Amino acid sequence: MQTKRLGKQTLNFHIPVAISSFASIVGPMEGKGPLGKGFDYVLENDLDGEKSWEKAEQKMMQHSLEIALAKRNYHLEDLDFFLAGDLLNQIICANFTARALGIPFLGLYGACSTLVEGLIIGSMIIDGGFAQRVGVAASSHHETAERQLRYPTEQGIQRTMTAQWTVTGSGAFILEEPSSFSEIVITQGIVGRVIDMGVANAMDMGSAMAPAAADTIVRYFQDTGRKPEDIDLIVTGDLGNIGRILCEELVLQKGFDISAKFTDCGVLIYDPSQDVHAGGSGCGCSASVLAAYFLPQLLEGKLNNILFVATGALLSPTSTQQGETIPCIAHGVLIQRINKEG
Amino acid sequence: MLTEQELLMKINSREKMLVNLKDKSDTEIQGLTKELQKDYQQAIFLEAKAETHEERRKYRQIRNRIIDQQNLISKYQQLRYRSLIKRSAPKPPVLKNTIAAFLVGGTITSLGQILLNFYIWQGLTFKEASTATSITVVFLGALLTGLGVYDEIGKVGGAGSMVPISGFANSIVSPALEFKREGYVYGVGAKIFTIAGPVILYGTLTSVIIGLITYITM
Repeated sequence: MQTKRLGKQTLNFHIPVAISSFASIVGPMEGKGPLGKGFDYVLENDLDGEKSWEKAEQKMMQHSLEIALAKRNYHLEDLDFFLAGDLLNQIICANFTARALGIPFLGLYGACSTLVEGLIIGSMIIDGGFAQRVGVAASSHHETAERQLRYPTEQGIQRTMTAQWTVTGSGAFILEEPSSFSEIVITQGIVGRVIDMGVANAMDMGSAMAPAAADTIVRYFQDTGRKPEDIDLIVTGDLGNIGRILCEELVLQKGFDISAKFTDCGVLIYDPSQDVHAGGSGCGCSASVLAAYFLPQLLEGKLNNILFVATGALLSPTSTQQGETIPCIAHGVLIQRINKEG
Repeated sequence: MLTEQELLMKINSREKMLVNLKDKSDTEIQGLTKELQKDYQQAIFLEAKAETHEERRKYRQIRNRIIDQQNLISKYQQLRYRSLIKRSAPKPPVLKNTIAAFLVGGTITSLGQILLNFYIWQGLTFKEASTATSITVVFLGALLTGLGVYDEIGKVGGAGSMVPISGFANSIVSPALEFKREGYVYGVGAKIFTIAGPVILYGTLTSVIIGLITYITM
């Protein structure tokens, strides 16, 4: 007796789940980027007055949720659950944010796909009738990620042209049962599979993640019978310049031409002059760009629907050192604008 | 939506209530926590909306005052819980541990003395013999680590097996064994001194300082 699933991997929510509020916070570099004006708060520096970068990232996640709540005049007690994740070991930013909030909490880890994982699970919770309102957040911080996953930040190394720049940023979203005020809703979700095409170079995440993104996008079309023409824009999380081209090619090989309506948050968040090589990455990349750039466009009616696919590279420094290749995942959600006239 | 003035008034009026948390009931403290959360949310919202640097700094100061008040409550709650922990935590068997450390440490150092005497008897000078003794004990420590015996000795001996030079050998060999799977460069090479590193760094630093003092005073 399952009626809410289409095909193999697509979830079809009976009641569309409203995104009633959202907010984003980014670091100074992202603030200077092309999307700078859209963010709710641009930090003056990476530490933001805290004693460590980790503390700064935690506050950033907490504040983005609090700002999202405040925009609708909601309080913490109005939230039934909080779903969040980040890139740090044992997802400490999410855990410590949940400590400050005191709301029932599920911690998530999907690397840079965490936000969409949260949006899917949050929508399932609401569609399943387990909650009225759920908060979802994800964050990343350039310095905390670099020092954990790569090199000390002051290490004098030359970054390869394929390397991506971890975004300092966070996005938070309030999901709830739809009402007459709802303007944007999540109608479908697609849970990705872990795909590993044998890329082992941790400095080339875009190439590693592109097959996972392509698999999820193709699977969505197959499950729903929809065509690229039915969707205004397909957005991936952080494939970057190289991964974006590879993904487009892989999807085309399966018979779907998305080239005219395909973009990537990692490509959009920085200007090429900002010397970030292949573009942005990190949980905060997709989270902040969705909140600052795409959802406002849906609200304004510039877009009617987007397929938002966030990709995650599920590696660890230990697995890389042991010579393992990079398993990758991509989850997607279909976000739609409710047409009030119709 | 509260304004800046209203926020400040709320914070100031709460200041007095937070002095005597002992006299407050749990519900009252819960109420205070919720109120603080609401104020915090308001403060960060205003901070995000602030347009100038000065304005932002002003709201940040308000936010910091709210954090201070939140800390007062959480410190009080933690203190209450800590006394409960103290009552229920098992006491470490200090006497037993001390005797075990004495016996294990004594055995290792006695072995060192036997070796030293043996080397002198064999014709080495005292200085040469003590170097040879260190080398032998370090070798034994490393060997026993490799054979998986030293950690068993350490479990019983505690500081008694950690302080002698064989413990130093153990602290270098054990990470080398552990990280071999991550390769000889990023594994063994990078991790071999994770435990011994501080000893080496500050040992060297201390000897430099002592050398300087000796040079100046002599």
